[in-house]
Amino acid sequence: MSELKEKILAIMEKNSKVSVADLAVLLGDTEDNVSRAIYEMEQDKIICGYHTLINWNKVNNEKVIAMIEVRVTPQRGQGFDRIAERIYNFSEVNSVYLISGGFDLMVMLEGKTLQEVAMFVSDKLSPLDSVLSTATHFVLKKYKEHGTIFVSQSPRERMLITP
Amino acid sequence: MKNLLAERTVGIKPSGIRKFFDLVSEMDDPEVISLGVGEPDFDTPWHIREEGIYSLERGRTFYTSNSGLKDLRNAICDYLKRTYQVEYNPETEVMVTVGGSEAIDIGLRAVLNPGDEVIIPQPSYVSYEPCTVLAGGKPVILELQEKNEFRLTKEELLAAITPKTKVLILPFPNNPTGSVLRREDLEDIAEVCIEKDILVMSDEIYSELTYGAKHVTIASLPGMKERTILINGFSKAYAMTGWRLGYTCAPHIILEQMLKIHQFAIMCAPTTSQYAAVDALKNGEKDVEEMRISYNQRRRFLVHTFRKMGLKCFEPFGAFYVFPSIKELEMTSDEFAMELLNREKVAVVPGTAFGACGEGFLRISYAYSLDELKHATDRIARFVAEIRKEKGLI
Repeated sequence: MSELKEKILAIMEKNSKVSVADLAVLLGDTEDNVSRAIYEMEQDKIICGYHTLINWNKVNNEKVIAMIEVRVTPQRGQGFDRIAERIYNFSEVNSVYLISGGFDLMVMLEGKTLQEVAMFVSDKLSPLDSVLSTATHFVLKKYKEHGTIFVSQSPRERMLITP
Repeated sequence: MKNLLAERTVGIKPSGIRKFFDLVSEMDDPEVISLGVGEPDFDTPWHIREEGIYSLERGRTFYTSNSGLKDLRNAICDYLKRTYQVEYNPETEVMVTVGGSEAIDIGLRAVLNPGDEVIIPQPSYVSYEPCTVLAGGKPVILELQEKNEFRLTKEELLAAITPKTKVLILPFPNNPTGSVLRREDLEDIAEVCIEKDILVMSDEIYSELTYGAKHVTIASLPGMKERTILINGFSKAYAMTGWRLGYTCAPHIILEQMLKIHQFAIMCAPTTSQYAAVDALKNGEKDVEEMRISYNQRRRFLVHTFRKMGLKCFEPFGAFYVFPSIKELEMTSDEFAMELLNREKVAVVPGTAFGACGEGFLRISYAYSLDELKHATDRIARFVAEIRKEKGLI
């Protein structure tokens, strides 16, 4: 990948709102080159979306986030991909990772209530043929996500003017 | 009581920055945005802080040897060798100091006799001149030129040298201009210093923060190590200003004398900081790289933004300052900074705080997040437009 693209990604990963004009200034390149690079990365599905990092704890509408460890039987010829697909197609599911170690898939999902998440696990996930077992963990508090710290931090005490 | 105070000390002017700092502090207004800070906005990387904490947990709370922890001196020498290809003996040619500032002070005190002249290129950091006076030397101010992008030239240096010249201060990458010296500039200067038998005190505290070619230390040029007092430290590269830790490398014959002053005046640099610094040198390269990338983006943003305002701003390649000119607005730096603070509540430092030849310039620090810089420069742009209108300069 071009150096420009890597530099664009490093900035956009932290700030997807950054404008093409700003990127051009920050990276010392032309707007044309920057917008072409972004377009290409969108086409290549390197850039897959422009989501917003939200601290839902601060919003009244309550959400339950669960991380579910899933042990599965891999299928001949298709390994874990087929069963992963059956799981990630559920719209409730936010992310699915294949994991090394004591279990196989890490599934993260959001629901409105504990009940809703529990129902998903018992009605949808566990009955799948290849699923051997599940272990559901509910998230109690998010401290940091995508490199951003969620808990409030004390303000800076830097002096205003120093030599 | 007669003669209560030492005349030499009384004669020293308080720092111009101090005056401005007091003004801003008195305003005590949360609306004020400052671009006046000469220290990184990053926190010290966690692994370095953690190492400091660990040293406290282990009870490493005693003095170290006067010249500093052996591990740290070794790490400093390894770093200088791998980064700048200059070799120092950790036993005899290196000492750890309380920031680069202490090294400036004791370095000058170790070499100056009454009346010896010290060439100080300005604009530059505020302490060279008073430290020279306190050490009994005579400051000779060399005014760097905007047309040379505030680089020191051979001709300027030759013109400033007299038979009494003993030391040249070499403050690059420069605070406040952001100017850097290239290898060819250094070679010219080295030639003069060797020919005229002059010592160089090279303050390279910003050496890790360059955005074009990599920094070159004058000590690495042939014939220079034996006449250079190299000063560096941890404050800027690793965002460790409050740890108060620097170091200096010099020929043994000079270092021995510096060590005596350090031994009697300071004893040793803070022990916790020294343990943390070993980790900074061993594992901090990645952090420095990340900070450098970030500073570089902000640097481009500021140069672009000041030029868009129609102000002359040369592109600086070091430290974390830009030094735009406001001469065309027919105001002094002081007036501009005061008015800007009053009207738009943005604090910047007048160039004159770094020497008379800083008149007509402002030091703008980019040790701030991009959002803060945007916010502040929007206000500055509005202010500049207003001034132009008022003075009919459009």
